[in-house]
Amino acid sequence: MIYLQLFFEFFKTGLFAIGGGLATLPFLQEMSARTGWFTLTELQDMIAVSESTPGPIGVNMATYCGFTTAGIPGAVIATLGLVMPSFIVILIVAGFLKRFKDSPVVAAAFSGLRPASTALIAAVLLSLFASNFLNLTAWQGFSLQSFAVLKWQALLLGAVVFVGTKLWKKVHPGFFLLFGAAAGILLKL
Amino acid sequence: MNVYLDLFLTFARVGGLTFGGGYAMLPILQREVVENKGWCTEEELTDYYAIGQCTPGIIAVNTATFIGTKTAGFWGSALATIGVVFPSLIIITVIAAFLRNFADNEYVIHAFAGLRVVVCVLVLNTVVKLFKGNIKGKGLPALILFLLVLVASFFFKVSSIILVVCAMVWGLFFGLYLPRHGAGKEAGK
Repeated sequence: MIYLQLFFEFFKTGLFAIGGGLATLPFLQEMSARTGWFTLTELQDMIAVSESTPGPIGVNMATYCGFTTAGIPGAVIATLGLVMPSFIVILIVAGFLKRFKDSPVVAAAFSGLRPASTALIAAVLLSLFASNFLNLTAWQGFSLQSFAVLKWQALLLGAVVFVGTKLWKKVHPGFFLLFGAAAGILLKL
Repeated sequence: MNVYLDLFLTFARVGGLTFGGGYAMLPILQREVVENKGWCTEEELTDYYAIGQCTPGIIAVNTATFIGTKTAGFWGSALATIGVVFPSLIIITVIAAFLRNFADNEYVIHAFAGLRVVVCVLVLNTVVKLFKGNIKGKGLPALILFLLVLVASFFFKVSSIILVVCAMVWGLFFGLYLPRHGAGKEAGK
């Protein structure tokens, strides 16, 4: 029963992949070796497609994998399997929080959670900056060539979009994303 | 509009505009869910992100489930969750069925390079907003915690789960233990 198996395999992945997205990768690698549903090369294709389409990467991987294994029903079932553990756990956590939302203990714990969460997102931002605006392989110490480390076109696009988001605060972020995609094609980023 | 339909459509938009990991959906969530719909506050959004870091499953799904259940109970959470994975299901199925070389397409590669730059800027704006809400004016412990977690995560690649747990202990110490015991001792002098 391939559908049941797909559901179960992705349920397990959803349950143990903590931290989202690429945390599912080791599980998929292991799944490839054990079930033979897809090869490691196909897995690499899946990662490439997941990263070049909108949507959460983990979900994209499950859909792609489910579809290549068992068609459209497979895609739906693998995705449901992946999502189910999050869904159940969060319903429990949300119920707990609702019950204890006035407790000083929860309030104090959250007073630590918020700065930390902001810092985690800021850390992601730093790596995004490094990978989008810097070309670290070009770094050869301080010299006249040091500027080669900067990705000028990307920096320019980033600056234009930044000013745009400040000038037109009401404009939906989706518009800027569309603009970025068009600029990327035109500038051959 | 019916709240369930509204949840489904809003989260489908969020899913369709998420390019990259869970962090990439924060700017979209901030606009759609906090500013346009008022379903949760910015602080709560940070909480959901942090909880998503240390619970199983995809962060995007965790956040959708959280906001769905808060807004309209169980069925709200179900529809928000289905909504956030819906675009992936359609897009990935189409790509897997018809566009075998999608990820190698020159235009796709350039468009995504442009998209990533925009995501970078949008996440920057989000981090600034979150910093204003969660750290600025919240006292020295919050600022120190922010810096510690940022350094630990970015430079030392400490796992998010460990950092979130430590941050909650930090919050309990400064928010609960110290006000009761530390201040009590000083008053007793």
